[in-house]
Amino acid sequence: MSAAAAKAKRAVRRPVSIASFAQSQNVRRDDQHNEVEMLMPVVAEVFANIGITKNDIDFICSGSSDYLIGGPFSFVTALDAVGVWPPMPESHTEMDGAWALYEAWALLQEGEIDAALVYSFGRSSPGNLNEILALQLDPYYLAPLWPDPVSLAALQARALIDAGKGSEEDFAAIASRSRKDALSNPKAQVAHDIPVETLLRDEYVVSPLRRHALPPITDGAAAMVLAAGDKAREWSDKPVWISGFDHRIETHSLGARDLTSSPSTAKAADVAGVADGPIDVAELHAPFAHQEMILKEALGLDDGVTINPSGGALAANPIMSAGLIRIGEAAARIASGQAARAVAHATSGPCLQQNLVCVLEGE
Amino acid sequence: MAEYCAVIGVGQTHHKSKRDDVSIAGLVREAAKMALADADLTWTDIDAVVIGKAPDMFEGNMMPELYLAPALGAVGKPMFRVHTAGSVGGSTSLVAAHLISSGIHKRVLTVAYEKQSDSDAMWALSVPQPFAAPLLAGAGGYFAPHIRAYMRRSGAPEYIGRMVAVKDRINALRNPYAHLHLPDIDMKMVEDSMMLWDPLRYLEACPSSDGAAAMVLAAEDSLSGSYPPAWIHGMAMRSEPTMFAGRDQVNPQAGRDCSADVYAQAGITNPRAEIDVAEVYVPFSWYEPMWLENLGFCDLGDGWKLTEAGATAFEGDIPWNTSGGVLSSNPIGASGMLRFLEVAMQVRGQAGEHQIDGARRALGQAYGGGSQFFSMWVLGSDKP
Repeated sequence: MSAAAAKAKRAVRRPVSIASFAQSQNVRRDDQHNEVEMLMPVVAEVFANIGITKNDIDFICSGSSDYLIGGPFSFVTALDAVGVWPPMPESHTEMDGAWALYEAWALLQEGEIDAALVYSFGRSSPGNLNEILALQLDPYYLAPLWPDPVSLAALQARALIDAGKGSEEDFAAIASRSRKDALSNPKAQVAHDIPVETLLRDEYVVSPLRRHALPPITDGAAAMVLAAGDKAREWSDKPVWISGFDHRIETHSLGARDLTSSPSTAKAADVAGVADGPIDVAELHAPFAHQEMILKEALGLDDGVTINPSGGALAANPIMSAGLIRIGEAAARIASGQAARAVAHATSGPCLQQNLVCVLEGE
Repeated sequence: MAEYCAVIGVGQTHHKSKRDDVSIAGLVREAAKMALADADLTWTDIDAVVIGKAPDMFEGNMMPELYLAPALGAVGKPMFRVHTAGSVGGSTSLVAAHLISSGIHKRVLTVAYEKQSDSDAMWALSVPQPFAAPLLAGAGGYFAPHIRAYMRRSGAPEYIGRMVAVKDRINALRNPYAHLHLPDIDMKMVEDSMMLWDPLRYLEACPSSDGAAAMVLAAEDSLSGSYPPAWIHGMAMRSEPTMFAGRDQVNPQAGRDCSADVYAQAGITNPRAEIDVAEVYVPFSWYEPMWLENLGFCDLGDGWKLTEAGATAFEGDIPWNTSGGVLSSNPIGASGMLRFLEVAMQVRGQAGEHQIDGARRALGQAYGGGSQFFSMWVLGSDKP
């Protein structure tokens, strides 16, 4: 089926625009602010960008994980960053903010409301991420062995090398390019210009992953305003539209997956219509350098696509926000006129188990 | 523009203190398979899975949707996780319903669970956190002062709480899935039980349960199953802050606004007259009279009079918590969904011994956090 035929077959969705985006400075450790204090300036900025207040918002959805700060209800107090009085329609997902965005987008499809605030926050610094993320695994057969996320990613990278689909030089090239691009991203945590040959002299953290192929540990927050109907035009002269949106999950057992491919990303890309037109920019949530190669293949991106001009998750990886930030960064490229059509991606779980794809278009 | 959505399948586990015969995956699968069978569907008929549970710390399993994806037939599909504190079972149902009413999917499986025996929820709720006042001693310790405030405000006599505790446990005797079956329950048994958080005694508090609930929701053109669909006539969520001097924690504004919203959608102007049966989140006995007022079933200060007069009993004019309610089964993450599910069973006429004859329109309510998160739906046997 041709791309045009596929597009014609796809269900018609209500146009929803990304009206505003804001993110905090991404840092290794923000121990001067609690979650509310981290979020308040970000929420204030996302409103100020388009001159609105919370009174213009119909629905709020947030994404975060209790486990990062070791408390049962971190999202409860975080809501104070918005100040929901009088009470507001509000929901929370224990997933990356990109999925909170999906929930808000779905609600806007009904046509009953026109504006939503989405925010997410991730403080990775209070605990030990290697121990915390091991608790995402099957609690009976995997978690008791405490496999850490770096070791699992290293298994994936090794499988990629063994399959002849990537090399340590490729991983280093991705890391070098990403952090060099991050030099022009004022919110980035890690940005520098180091050539591949130098990076390849790094020690292994877990073979075949050297230090440069790992994401930084980041504290950060992000917020976005979605608009539909008249508000989309009212709040932007050149709206950035969400033209396709989907997410898919794979099985949990790593032994039952081909770790060198990402069928869930490919499926989400198909439903979201990535191939319906040319892609100029891709913001991919690839915390480990080699994962960019797997995602690029699954999304069907050719070498002409600019990947992660923000530096991606290798430049800043605030867990629970890094996916939402990819969508915000991709939208910014369209808003600035650098791109006409972009794809943004978010991931969750070990070795890219769950993936979300969002296609954005200007006009 | 929104599509009609209906409940076409329901399932739940036998709720118990310890379901050590099953893993977490086994627990959720038990409820999900029952819901699929009720809808006369199989896993492959489902477009997406929406799962909810209360804090991950309750089982020590971070973002468990990742591990549960294959057990719920979600591989290759969208799988979405909801967490809105105690209201989560209700909110999860609503997020799933919106995936239908938005036109995105045709059939969605929604599941909620808690396996409380894997940990100690009371202490998981009481982890000291930087910058935050300690909650101490779990939910009962938090809500008891608000109950005292209600008693003082309304002049309700002390025995009203005990009446609710007895009434809901008598209802639970009709429900084979309920955790607590106390055939000898009476006012004296409740009065003789240990004082936990004054004025709440042991038998005025919900149990700790292992359990799961599941529903299949479908669009108008995708109905199936042998029981009639339960149509959604209204659905809403509202939240308000935990700490705010202007809050009334006894009669929260978010609860009033949420019910006003669902009643407006359903065209209900007199809840007591127009709602045949209600399942309302009553984890501690006194929340029945408090929510009667908050949900507009009576004037302020009169909630306890309805309880006292037997209006909310099985034979009363507004039966509340025919399943036995949260007071009889409390798998926390699933408790809200069990409320939403019970009203689906009522309007579909499949509630067996706890069926209210002629139930055609019903309200499901869940709340969470410090009485600050609300989710509700109104279901009807007629297409809206």
